[in-house]
Amino acid sequence: MTKGPRDKQMSLDEVVGELQDGMTIGIGGWGSRRKPMALVRAILRSDLKDLTIVSWGGADVGLLARAGRIRKLVFAFVSLDSVPLEPNFQRARQEGAIPEVVELDEGMFQAGLRAAAERLPFLPMRAGLGTDVLVNQPWIRTVTSPYADGEELVAVPALRLDVALVHLNRSDRHGNATYLGPDPYFDDLFAMAADRTFVSCEQVVDTAGLTVDTPVQRLLLSRMLVSGVVETPHGAHFTTCTPDYERDERFQRAYAAAASGSDEDWAAFESRFLAGDEASYQAAVRSFGEEQA
Amino acid sequence: MSDPRNGSTRADVCAAAIADAFRDDGEIFGSPMGLLPMLGVRLAKLTSNPDLVISDGESLFLAGVPPLFGTGDVVEGWIPFRKVFDVVAHGKRHVMMGATQVDRHGNQNISAIGDWARPKRQLLGSRGAPGNTVNNRTSYWVPRHSPRVFVERVDIVTGVGPRLAREAGPAAARYNDIHRIVSNLAVLDVQGPDDTVRLLSVHPGVSVEEVRAATGFELDAPADVPTTREPTTEELILIREVLDPEGLRFREVPDGD
Repeated sequence: MTKGPRDKQMSLDEVVGELQDGMTIGIGGWGSRRKPMALVRAILRSDLKDLTIVSWGGADVGLLARAGRIRKLVFAFVSLDSVPLEPNFQRARQEGAIPEVVELDEGMFQAGLRAAAERLPFLPMRAGLGTDVLVNQPWIRTVTSPYADGEELVAVPALRLDVALVHLNRSDRHGNATYLGPDPYFDDLFAMAADRTFVSCEQVVDTAGLTVDTPVQRLLLSRMLVSGVVETPHGAHFTTCTPDYERDERFQRAYAAAASGSDEDWAAFESRFLAGDEASYQAAVRSFGEEQA
Repeated sequence: MSDPRNGSTRADVCAAAIADAFRDDGEIFGSPMGLLPMLGVRLAKLTSNPDLVISDGESLFLAGVPPLFGTGDVVEGWIPFRKVFDVVAHGKRHVMMGATQVDRHGNQNISAIGDWARPKRQLLGSRGAPGNTVNNRTSYWVPRHSPRVFVERVDIVTGVGPRLAREAGPAAARYNDIHRIVSNLAVLDVQGPDDTVRLLSVHPGVSVEEVRAATGFELDAPADVPTTREPTTEELILIREVLDPEGLRFREVPDGD
């Protein structure tokens, strides 16, 4: 028998079992697009707390903030895209419920992840100069070009992650994973900035199946970057996971309405959708869809 | 208020004024945030600047010019977010962003209202405003011109105006290019004395006094303020028949405004 690479398949709860209080966790996707929501829901079911969350944020940030799990948030925006503002995030900020926030320009965010991925302390860029990004975060320093121009640029600090959580369309059991939608977002960068990366996916397929109908350029993650693989269909719900499914706009509107409503409204949403495991979440979403149809 | 001569609405005037902001850009990425900017950019591509590069707002460069939010078109390129950041740094881009606040020196705020540490009202966050304003041409669209938007000093600086950029040093000022502020009442720029906001034109039916009253700082204006041009008949047909047959533009700028 010849040996092959490791089988890294695990369950949602096994991934969460690998996480600890106080960890720095990067969450892939973008806004309300291809977010590893099943993994976020698994964190909500756990006792994990004091997390540092690094995200181009959507409901991942909103849900974790509402549940009081975030000690520190690194963000450039938090938005549901078709609903511009994220009510749970707004509430948390307005109530001072997130003890520490780091607000960057969205391109600085990429530079910070890239610095971490390349094991550099920082990368220089213009973004941030003259803005309150540098006033509100005076620990972010500038650096002077050693060349004739002498330009003073922002030294964007590396955003190192203990763990990255990402959701892709397909993966093999070893962690080679592909996106099938319009945009890779930055999931490969999150993976390289992190000590360990856990991939959830719509479907685990044979390695050969990864490139059957799909250009090889869509293979975003190599197994050497991946510690664990979870098959969790509709795991990005209610965010987009094109072409497997688009955003569940009706559900997102219901989420946003509950989040911006009274405490009772939110409690009702939580008990209907978030009280059980992932299977009961998906069942509750199906019955919500049938009601609305 | 409808214009008596050719029946153009305020929204049509705004669309043409936005298109004019992209007229002289040449072959760069015209990047609109929001509905009226998308309409104006697409109008510019169909009229004054056919070389403009436009996207579906997601990840594709479109070869044709579909109606608002339409995407069923020939694709001429791929522009996922990572490549947007490349183009921002490269500079061949003109973005028209929204602005919850704009101040006398052309600084913009979309982050939050109140104190940053604990805001009275949390908004989007800085998004790409800090990077945009020190890398590529940036304009702003304000659908409701009011003293709450045009303030003496923004609560949080997300987009840098020319004076702050100059004070931040040559690396910030080098590519800072705040081009136009188009509102539902007027067209402005930041070429007033000491890099302040200046009134360029008032839309048909709007008085200079109205604009001053809706602006929360002392507004620089020439003795004779021109009137924003009316859309041509060709532009009106393109707006009404091709780009926005459903009248989505009236959601942002109601008819009779």
